[in-house]
Formats: sequence, C-alpha cells, structure tokens
Amino acid sequence: MTVPDHANLTYPRIAASGDRAVVIELSDQISEETNMRVVALAGDLESNPIAGIVETVPTYRSLLVSYDPLIVRGRDLSVLLLERLSGIAVDGSRGRRLVVPVLYGGDVGLDLNEMAEMKEMSVADLIAMHGSADYRVYMIGFAPGFAYLGGLPEKLHTPRLAVPRQRIEASAIGIGGKQASINSVPGPSGWRFIGRTPIKVFDPARSDAFLLKAGDHVRFRAIDKDEAAALDAAVASGAPHIEWEDA
Amino acid sequence: MTTLTVKQAGPMMSVQDLGRTGLVQMGVSASGPMDGIAMRIANRLVGNGDNDALIEFASIGGQFEVDAPVIFAVTGGAVSVTIDGERIDCWASHPLLPGQVLRIGALTNAVWGYLALSGGIETEPALGARSTHLRSAIGGLDGRRLAPNDALPLGATSETALGGSLKVLRTPLHRSAGPIRVIKGPQAGHFDDAAWQQFLRGPFTVSGSRDRMAQVLDGQKIVAAGGHDILSDGTVMGSIQVPASGRPIILMAERQTTGGYPKIATVASVDLPRLAQALTGSQIRFKLVTQEQAEDLWITHTRALDEVLAGLDHWADVADV
Repeated sequence: MTVPDHANLTYPRIAASGDRAVVIELSDQISEETNMRVVALAGDLESNPIAGIVETVPTYRSLLVSYDPLIVRGRDLSVLLLERLSGIAVDGSRGRRLVVPVLYGGDVGLDLNEMAEMKEMSVADLIAMHGSADYRVYMIGFAPGFAYLGGLPEKLHTPRLAVPRQRIEASAIGIGGKQASINSVPGPSGWRFIGRTPIKVFDPARSDAFLLKAGDHVRFRAIDKDEAAALDAAVASGAPHIEWEDA
Repeated sequence: MTTLTVKQAGPMMSVQDLGRTGLVQMGVSASGPMDGIAMRIANRLVGNGDNDALIEFASIGGQFEVDAPVIFAVTGGAVSVTIDGERIDCWASHPLLPGQVLRIGALTNAVWGYLALSGGIETEPALGARSTHLRSAIGGLDGRRLAPNDALPLGATSETALGGSLKVLRTPLHRSAGPIRVIKGPQAGHFDDAAWQQFLRGPFTVSGSRDRMAQVLDGQKIVAAGGHDILSDGTVMGSIQVPASGRPIILMAERQTTGGYPKIATVASVDLPRLAQALTGSQIRFKLVTQEQAEDLWITHTRALDEVLAGLDHWADVADV
C-alpha cells in the first residue's frame, strides 16, 4: 500500500474542486490565526475582485473560490490566488461581537440539568462558564446562517448524542464536541442544547437575513423569563433588539 | 395576471430558476435545476430568458390549467404529454388555452422533467432568487413542494408570442452513454492507489437514496486510508464525498455548503446533467480528466448549446419533414 500523499503536504496548497472552483488550504489544523488569514483573503478578494470569481466560502482553514471558466481558467486563478495570499497581513483587529441573550433551560434547553450533572457543577456555574467565554465564528455552513463557534471552555466540551434527535427548534443554544452553536433553522441534531435565544440569527424575511459571518465574535448573556418575553415581543413586532459590541 | 393552477402534482415538484449566487458563504447552496441543459431548452422553447422560473418534477408530472392563453414546453426526457387527452410532443412548444387540461405523465428514460410556461413563474423571489430550496424552506411557493390546488402567478405572454410560430428542438438531445468524467478532488490524497483503482474501475449503481440534495452510489466499498473525517470545508455541486460507509455520496443542487467527509473527486460540469438523469438502478463508471480538460469540455459544450438554442427550429418549418 502506498502512503497517501497528504501525509507530507506543505501549506499553502491549492487544489481543484471541479472545473468551477479551487480551494486554497492554509493548514490542516484549527487555529484563530489561520482562520483570520482565510477571512482576510476573502475580504481582500471582495474589495479587489479578480475577474471571473463568482463567490468565495471561508472555512476553518481554507477558502473555496468558485469561478466561471468562460472568464478565467483554474490554473491561472490558482497562481493569482497564491500571489494574493502572500500579500495578506492579519492586522489583529477583532471586529464586532454579537451579544446573544439566552434563556437557559426550558423545553428547548432540555439538556441543561443533565449537562450540569455530567460536569459535576451547579446549573448556575455552568451558565456562568458558558457566558464567560468569547466565541469566534470560524465559518458559516451546514445550514443557512449556521455559525461554527470556537472558544467553548474546555470543561464544557461534550460528545454529540449517539442518536440525533429528530427536531430541534431554531434559536436553540447548543454544544457539540468542542464547538458551541446557535441553531439557525429547525432540524435534526445530535448536539446538546442548554437554552434558547429570542433573536434569530437567520430570518429570510429580514433585510439583513444573516446576522453573522465568518470572523465575527459572539458572547452569551443570561436573561430571565420577563426579558425573554420582552425580546420575543420585539422580534414578533418586526423590530428585534440586536446588540453588537466591539470584540 | 395569468394564473397556473396545479390540479394534480407528482411527489416532488418545485419552482426553480437558475438558483442563488453569493450565499454559499452564508450556508445557502444555489439550488436551481438538477439538469441545467433541459431547463435552458425548456425556457428557450417558450421564448423565456434562461433565468425565468419554471416547474421541475421528479419522474412524475401532473395536471395543470391556466386562466389565459400561454405557450408551454416540457423537456427532460421522454414523457407522455396530453392536452385534453390528445397526445403532443415534448421538446417542443405548444399553446395552452383556458379550459384545456394539460397532463404530464411519467418520464421513461430520465429522472428530472421541466415544464416551462411563457412569461415564467413569478412567485416572490427569496434571497435573490425564485428557486425553491426545500431543505431551507426558502423560495418558490412557501419554500415547499407543489401540491394540488396551488396557484402560481405567471408573467405576461405577449400577443406577438401567442401569434408567432411555435418552436421545436429538431436535433434530439443525445446523452452520451460514456463514463462520467471526474476531476481529482481536494482530498484525493486521502485515498491510496488501491482505492483509486477501485473507484475508477467501478461500476457503481445509482441507488434509490437520492433527492435534490445528494445521490448515493452502491458498489464496492471505498476506503479512505487517510481517514473518513476531515475538518469541514466547502463543497460544490458534483463533489463526491466518501463517508465511513464507503458508499460515495454525490452532492447535488441543494447540497450542504460545507462537509466533513473527504472528497475523492468532483463530477465535471458537463456531465452533471447526465448524472442527475441516470435512472435509479442504472450503472455508472467514472473516468479521470484534468481540471483543464473539464473546463475545455464545459466551454465547448456551452458554445454548442448556445448554437442549438439560437437555431431552435420553428414548428412550421419542420411540420413536413
């Protein structure tokens, strides 16, 4: 058996993803620095476009760049992208942070008590720990507006359920492995859920349908039933209260 | 405003235009047609633009009525089409008048069919397109499949279009029977020589696990020596993922935008419609081409199709052929 050639790859590398996309990989590991460069490259291509690029998709450690082969060829685009990447400097600016109000527990946060028992901590301590961290949106994917959030305190890392549940509501606050999440659409999930937020990270009826993008930051703020009811009412009236701060 | 009423609907019928662009980074794949060639031809046969919305159906059509005269065409494959019980040709345009019943039966040699109507379907665009994205419940009619008694608004059909001659695709669309061409995928290196030989030898059977999101292949199990889990990264329509089950999954129009399985290869754009139209239970094989060769095939194909569309024959010209 030959050794697969990914064993000794060097980065950055660029690979074909068919005849209408290339993927530029910066690493095979998750790191904030790598993801910052990916996001910076996507931003740079948006402000200084290369003719023929259709769209880009930033992920943990790579950028998918789709193109129109009638305008630019993959081989030429690959050279241009590697050149562009070499000029990318990450300036360390951290951008904006969305403050996500969370009503912990309840029907949607059905795993809260069990999680606290599993971690041998009080429910209040678990909530405080979840709310103390600064999370980074590494990428949006899987479903519309679904943010992969890094930065979950290690003590809260929890394996996914062996059997996914059939339906988890949008706005459920979840934990899956090392990652945290805010559900953007209802659907099946094997993650654990500890609460819900009144705000919608994805709402196709809103002019800004998607609240988050790769590179944003998030923190969670515990709210009580009264505040949740007030925020729910604001969302229902079409004037949601969305709170941003400097990250 | 002209209205199309769905009287009967096959199990998987939806409104589609060419789909959304620019939202993959927000987790929304393009959606759009499973067979972009058949869709373009349908729209052109009725005088529409390429991005006008039409109805896509899987295998089984339905029954339809209009409240004002329109021109329509059915494409995708061989299918029985009747107006008030009288059989007419697919891959050609015909008038449909108020009071008449258009009935589309079951495709016999293809999977995805298209019903285009002059003026196009004018449901409210969602996130920049009319395409239904079923998984996300966006676009089309309330983001869902069409059902009996649904009423769809149609754009205007001009008097000149109604009075003009009808069109037909004179040269039948031949789908090559050769292997499906693929380009090495971003994780090609996760698969050793033995796995690659197996992948390229095949054959694979198109399984019944298929929808607008993905289609699963049966065959010899493909093992990724480099592991079946990767850090999730971006996907395209045509990405061939290999999960731990060893059964390749080909991502289609409504794919997940990112995925954590290694992608051994990507289907060449030129062969995507043919793959989508492969009947359940049929066998396919893959053949490796380079990215550059696949681009050349796509460019050649696009120009050839443009020529066919520019020269669509008028019905009157071929009536006595």
